[in-house]
Amino acid sequence: MNFPILSSLILLPAIGTLFIFFVRSSNSQYQSSKYVALFITLANFFLSLYLWIVFDKSIVDFQFVEEREWISGFVNYKVGVDGISILFILLTTFITPICVITVNATIKNRLKDFLIAILILETFMIGVFCSLDLVVFYLFFEAGLIPMFLIIGIWGGERRVYSAFKFFLYTLLGSVLMLVAIISIYWITGTTDVIKLYELGIDAKYQNLLWLAFFSSFAVKTPMWPVHTWLPDAHVEAPTAGSVLLAAILLKMAGYGFIRFSLGLFPDASLYFVPLVYTLSLIAIIYTSLVALMQEDMKKLIAYSSVAHMGFVTLGIFTMTQQGIEGSIFQMISHGLVSAALFLCVGVVYDRLHTRLINRYGGLVSIMPKYAIVFMVFTLGALGLPGTSGFIGEFLVLMGAFKKNILVATIASLGVILGAAYMLWLYKRIIFGKLINEDVKKMVDLKRFEIVTLWLLVLPIIFFGFYPEPLINSIEVSVANMIDMNDLDKINKLALGE
Amino acid sequence: MENLQLIIPELFISIMIMFLLIFGVFKKNSSQLVYNLTTVSLVAALALIINLDTQIQSSLFNNSYNIDSLARFMKILLILSGIFVMMSSSKYIQINKINKIEYPILILCSILGMMVMISSNDLIVFYMGLELQSLALYVLASFNRDNLLSTESGLKYFVLSALSSGLLLYGCSLIYGFSETTNFNQIMINTKEIEYGLTFGIVFILVGLAFKISAVPFHMWAPDVYQGSPTSVTVFFALLPKIAALTVFIRFLYIPFYELGDQWQMIIIFLSIASMVFGAVAAIGQKNLKRLIAYSSISHMGYALAGLSTGTTQGVQSSITYITIYLVMNLAFFSCLFMLKRNDKYYENIDDLSGLSKNHPLLSLSLLVVLFSLAGIPPLAGFFAKFYIFVAVINEKMYFLAIVGLLATVIAAFYYLRIIKTIYFDPEKEKFESKHNLSLKFTLVASTFFILAYFIYPSGIVDIISQIKIN
Repeated sequence: MNFPILSSLILLPAIGTLFIFFVRSSNSQYQSSKYVALFITLANFFLSLYLWIVFDKSIVDFQFVEEREWISGFVNYKVGVDGISILFILLTTFITPICVITVNATIKNRLKDFLIAILILETFMIGVFCSLDLVVFYLFFEAGLIPMFLIIGIWGGERRVYSAFKFFLYTLLGSVLMLVAIISIYWITGTTDVIKLYELGIDAKYQNLLWLAFFSSFAVKTPMWPVHTWLPDAHVEAPTAGSVLLAAILLKMAGYGFIRFSLGLFPDASLYFVPLVYTLSLIAIIYTSLVALMQEDMKKLIAYSSVAHMGFVTLGIFTMTQQGIEGSIFQMISHGLVSAALFLCVGVVYDRLHTRLINRYGGLVSIMPKYAIVFMVFTLGALGLPGTSGFIGEFLVLMGAFKKNILVATIASLGVILGAAYMLWLYKRIIFGKLINEDVKKMVDLKRFEIVTLWLLVLPIIFFGFYPEPLINSIEVSVANMIDMNDLDKINKLALGE
Repeated sequence: MENLQLIIPELFISIMIMFLLIFGVFKKNSSQLVYNLTTVSLVAALALIINLDTQIQSSLFNNSYNIDSLARFMKILLILSGIFVMMSSSKYIQINKINKIEYPILILCSILGMMVMISSNDLIVFYMGLELQSLALYVLASFNRDNLLSTESGLKYFVLSALSSGLLLYGCSLIYGFSETTNFNQIMINTKEIEYGLTFGIVFILVGLAFKISAVPFHMWAPDVYQGSPTSVTVFFALLPKIAALTVFIRFLYIPFYELGDQWQMIIIFLSIASMVFGAVAAIGQKNLKRLIAYSSISHMGYALAGLSTGTTQGVQSSITYITIYLVMNLAFFSCLFMLKRNDKYYENIDDLSGLSKNHPLLSLSLLVVLFSLAGIPPLAGFFAKFYIFVAVINEKMYFLAIVGLLATVIAAFYYLRIIKTIYFDPEKEKFESKHNLSLKFTLVASTFFILAYFIYPSGIVDIISQIKIN
């Protein structure tokens, strides 16, 4: 196919910013720029939907590959998708329009700038998931820091400056080592092209150091314990749309990077470091779940729950089994939907009462019944109830883990219980209980655009909970190929002494 | 004498200096006219350089003056920066009443000195060029003579620079003593074996040069001079002398002493690491933007030196790319600084930028782009500059240098972010004037566009630079 569909996906939001920049809004509400942004993001969503439909799920190779000379004789601009990346692209293009819809209520000033930041961020996020060259990947991966820094810093809460700086410097510090590793890979193998690197392989003696350099970047971004501390701050201070993008997509870049680069390029090193990742993941699952139990701030609670859920993701990836990796990807997609929805739910009540403290709420069920229903679906999705997408992901991850290490799997299962504990307790304290706060009585139920956005998220969560086939179908071949190609199974068996 | 046509640009500038001097003296109130004529003559000189046959690799005057691809590229860079500096600062010198006829003529003298430095292939010629540019710069630094800070900065620069010139001359004499020649190519032939005197000579010359590009630990003058001088001179200081000094660095290290790489490599690595780290750390506490940019340029010179320390052609090319992009970024930054004007007073503290984004969205956007680029965040030009350097450094397996350099970028990111924070997150203050002259606007738009759009076609500059041959 000659039409450069992936480049269009990447460029469309960036071009959209130009429109927003030059569109003159007659009124102070910036209605027209909002419609432009919504139109662009929706167009991008349908384009990616089309991409998913024409994408051939039975082929192992990367599809829609585009290659152009970029830095001459050194780096080529190369993009392409396989079954794994296409899901993340879909997730990105699905979440962004929802964010654009929510700006109505949450963003009070400089709406135009905010929309530009969101669209630029979308460009970079899609670029991360498409790029098939390490340098191009790094470029997009790092560039996302700029709009996110501004989103947190300009439209954030009280401690927004501190949070924005922490977010930026933490992630930058993690990433610079990855740049050293990428350049080293170029000098070791003579290319930064991911497909060629998959074929060539990297000499085992270099792998451990390179793996650690990539890990330092992805671990901060995931975030894994003990470098997760930027996340609660960033989440709490960011505006609703910022939190949603951060939780739903930015965190997934690291998980995607683990699969695409850590497993794909350094299989031996990945195996070598399995105990490290298991340990950190288990600490993340158990410790941050316990921390989440004690939170008084809703956003902080959900932020810590994100860390725990991403713990499942890293655990699943490094089981290096078909189920584990598929489960991780599924968990990432599901968490992308659920956490986005939860942050939107927090945003809904925050807009009305202007506090995120849990004890200021209570008894919402009698005031806001519609809200109680959707919030329940998301709570159940977050704790992984069968019938929601959260269940499939956690189940597959645990299945993979049981195959490899029963102790690890058992401890991780405890995390599921803790997850149920903090989510249900949160739900109970907010929705049920006595109506004490007078202000709560004045709250109105969901407005129309809130109903639309939230139900848009309810549908896929339940649909994929009952019928995960479309997603699994899409990733199955790619994951199997990844395992085959790097002989992960064989390495596994050797490690187990079979 | 048939080769005289090759130095027509230099001759042209010399003649223009004399002509403008006489013209300015005899015609009353002609300072603005002289200023404009200077800019025009720079444009003409640029045309003359571009017009030279690019194939010629030739040495003049008994092999003491080199016209080669390196010289040609660096001169184009030098004069282009000169033109943009003149364009952006014209309003500033009018308002600050330093638009005397001497001002543009001194700038021309200094540029002529730098051109001689860039082409020099002989210690004596090099020293002559260096002194010509330095003497002009001493006067320029203290040009705002009624201002205490400006006078102080001129004096300080003079005393320290004279000291470093003395060291440099001492180094030259040592090298002459041990190699029996002052010609660069001849020195290479005569210094097959290492002698102590020779090593001392190299060290002294490196010290002198490090002073000129303000590398740590010879940077002490930079913050005071940057802050004290009129901003129009600061931008000159930040751009042009660096080009000339870096070219001399390249010539000096890669022609006469290329074989003695193990003698100077450790020195350059030390200078590089010290500059990168010190520049990053010391800038954190600064309140004055000019002072901050002084520390930032110290840090940037560290990266340029890191490229030189590799001892490979690729390393040199990455340094040249770095300095090119550095020039554009600093030009854009100073253009923004020239726009912070209210009631004929220029503002230069970080606090003055508070909430700038509400009143001046476009200016703030340019500053945002420039600052993120200075911090080296992709996809802006500053990232590519650092990227090329690290590609060259890692190719030589100098991992320590690469990692220190990258960690320094994280530290440096902090103070750039602090300025962005002031612009975007802080409450707004009084408006600045929004009317500026066309040449300043053009400079800002052109440089910002270059930084922003560099990633679309990064090969352009790299291709040109990769044709530069060192020896």
